Amino acid sequence: MAAEKTDEQQVKMFGNLACSRIRVDREGWISTAEQLSESGARLLTLWGTDDRDQAGGFRIDAAYLLSDSVLVVEHRMVDEGEPWYPSLAGLFPVALRMQRAAYDLLGISTNESDDRGWLRHGGWPQMVFPLRRDVDGSQQYPVVSQPYSFVSVEGDGVHEISVGPVHAGTIEPGNFRFSVVGEKVLRLEERLGYTHKGVAKLFESLTQHTGHRLAARVSGDSAIAFSWAYCAALEAITTTTCSARALALRALALEHERLANHLGDLGSLGNDAGFAFGFTHFSKLKEDLLRANSVVFGARYLMAFVVPGGVAADLNTEARSLLLELYDALETSVINLRTIYDNHAGLQDRFREAGRLDRSTAKRLGAIGLAGRASGLACDLRVDHPWAPYTSLAVTMMTQKGGDVAARVQIRFDEVVESLRLCRALLTENDSGVIQATVPTAQSNQLGMGIIEGWRGPVAVVLETGRDGGIHRCHTHDPSWQNWPLIEHAIIGDIVPDFPLINKSFNLSYSGQDG
Amino acid sequence: MWNTLSRMLRTGLLTEPLPKLSEARSVVEGLPLEPMQQNLLNILGRALCIRHVDAGSCNGCELEIQALGNPYYNIEGVGIKFVASPRHADLLLVTGPVSVNMEEALRRTYEAMPEPKLVIALGDCGACGAAFGSSYASRGGVSNAIPVDKTVAGCPPSPPEILRAILDLIRPAADEV
Repeated sequence: MAAEKTDEQQVKMFGNLACSRIRVDREGWISTAEQLSESGARLLTLWGTDDRDQAGGFRIDAAYLLSDSVLVVEHRMVDEGEPWYPSLAGLFPVALRMQRAAYDLLGISTNESDDRGWLRHGGWPQMVFPLRRDVDGSQQYPVVSQPYSFVSVEGDGVHEISVGPVHAGTIEPGNFRFSVVGEKVLRLEERLGYTHKGVAKLFESLTQHTGHRLAARVSGDSAIAFSWAYCAALEAITTTTCSARALALRALALEHERLANHLGDLGSLGNDAGFAFGFTHFSKLKEDLLRANSVVFGARYLMAFVVPGGVAADLNTEARSLLLELYDALETSVINLRTIYDNHAGLQDRFREAGRLDRSTAKRLGAIGLAGRASGLACDLRVDHPWAPYTSLAVTMMTQKGGDVAARVQIRFDEVVESLRLCRALLTENDSGVIQATVPTAQSNQLGMGIIEGWRGPVAVVLETGRDGGIHRCHTHDPSWQNWPLIEHAIIGDIVPDFPLINKSFNLSYSGQDG
Repeated sequence: MWNTLSRMLRTGLLTEPLPKLSEARSVVEGLPLEPMQQNLLNILGRALCIRHVDAGSCNGCELEIQALGNPYYNIEGVGIKFVASPRHADLLLVTGPVSVNMEEALRRTYEAMPEPKLVIALGDCGACGAAFGSSYASRGGVSNAIPVDKTVAGCPPSPPEILRAILDLIRPAADEV
């Protein structure tokens, strides 16, 4: 899988999916984006890098999902006092927040008028860009709070409700500004970044063989997806082949992660619509699964399971029968509970038409993953771009047309049943073998990409190796970047009391987005 | 409706005994619920109220706090409930390293609580910053921002470990009554 030139410009790139890379100038940056937008490509992620230590100036990269591969477009801003690149937000609205984040970290700007800080809330000085090589990441600064100019809505009877960053429940922090008339929401504006922990800068102090531990903690509910994506990038760079057994165990853990989150969400969605029975029963099922994780994988949440070259441990001897029994019990219960949910008039009254996001809006905004599928966008990397072992599992993609809370509930029910099928298939195949291959230290300046369809959608890790086994740059991307802006549209016209339900139906990550 | 009722009956009561306290005194495996509830009533005359604040966590600890509400642990059955306002809270349960972006919100939540107030820093990050340490974006452990009475190790700590830490913290006061 050595990087080889496929044509004059396009270079093959390391990755667990088919990836290639193209270098463009400033005009090429926007004209390539125009062509990609017309061809229906989706913007997967965008990140900046400080290459001044290699006399390369600053660099901006955008990764696009095409129908059969991933294309990374790279633009170098060489010899510029004020590095900038043309904004992609007009073509791909999802780029806007990523560009604001890239400015906060690196001081590379765009021609966009919205220059409000996204990750920087006043916790470090305005002219300090922490991801620059000459900035000491361990330096601490006093917080200087800054007002944030939310877009205001004016008119008779319009008032604002500010929620957060500390929320009323046991959830992550973020700020929501509602402009309402009576109960009706005219506009919602999100402000995130509260859990920014400097993950990108931290990666640069780690080695290639320890980075997966931090990756697992980018978003705790997607620990397998992130640690697998990191390891997949490193393994692609070092041309390490994992054993079939190791890959099957990773996929089993990834499906368990999907099951645990979907079961938890199904319960919470019942609860948020006033049906506490649903929470009681689904939270019981989720607990059963987590306890089984503890027995067979050694932990309820698998922060340390995926390691470079494979997995940390194989299943014990009783695992197979215990899990098969659990899957049967879960399936019977979930099918029974689905009938109860479907036939509950009060519940369906809250679910249907709430937080509706139609297909064309979802498409225009670049919706991805579970929320995209609930609005009729057929996109699931396990199906579109399968990687081992999904290449041989023939995953059935679940889609819904409704785009409302009810559709996002139905998708979860469907995916639980499909995940259970995959888990059974993964248990019957390859039940022995080596679980960990040796991963050599990579040469410096190798770029690799790992993309894994987690339970929310595609999780991406871009790894660029440094000297002596170090990391030059590591960019992590959660699909919540794409899907947070969807909620601002889905809520319009609904009432404020429906917001918790609508928000939960997306259940997006704050920490994964904030980084 | 029949389906719902029959599922309730078939499931039955799942709640398990409380986890053992960490200290060895007069404790058998699995504490009965009633004395604990009575102790809480004697001290507070009502439920113990907890306000949770995510000061920058990865969401792992949140998932385990939420699990305390499932029927196996049934935390409300013991007489412990989560409240929406810090002004109603006896105990602040803080997760995550303290991000600089959450530092002020955490401090203001702490200040809004009535005296006496207890604080638990949850998880390895809450205890010391763990993988995130101290940096331009993180203050490290919770005690770098507000006073902490107890820390709970784990990534994330399991529900019984969280429950045990809460009981450990309030038990001495309960014993005095």
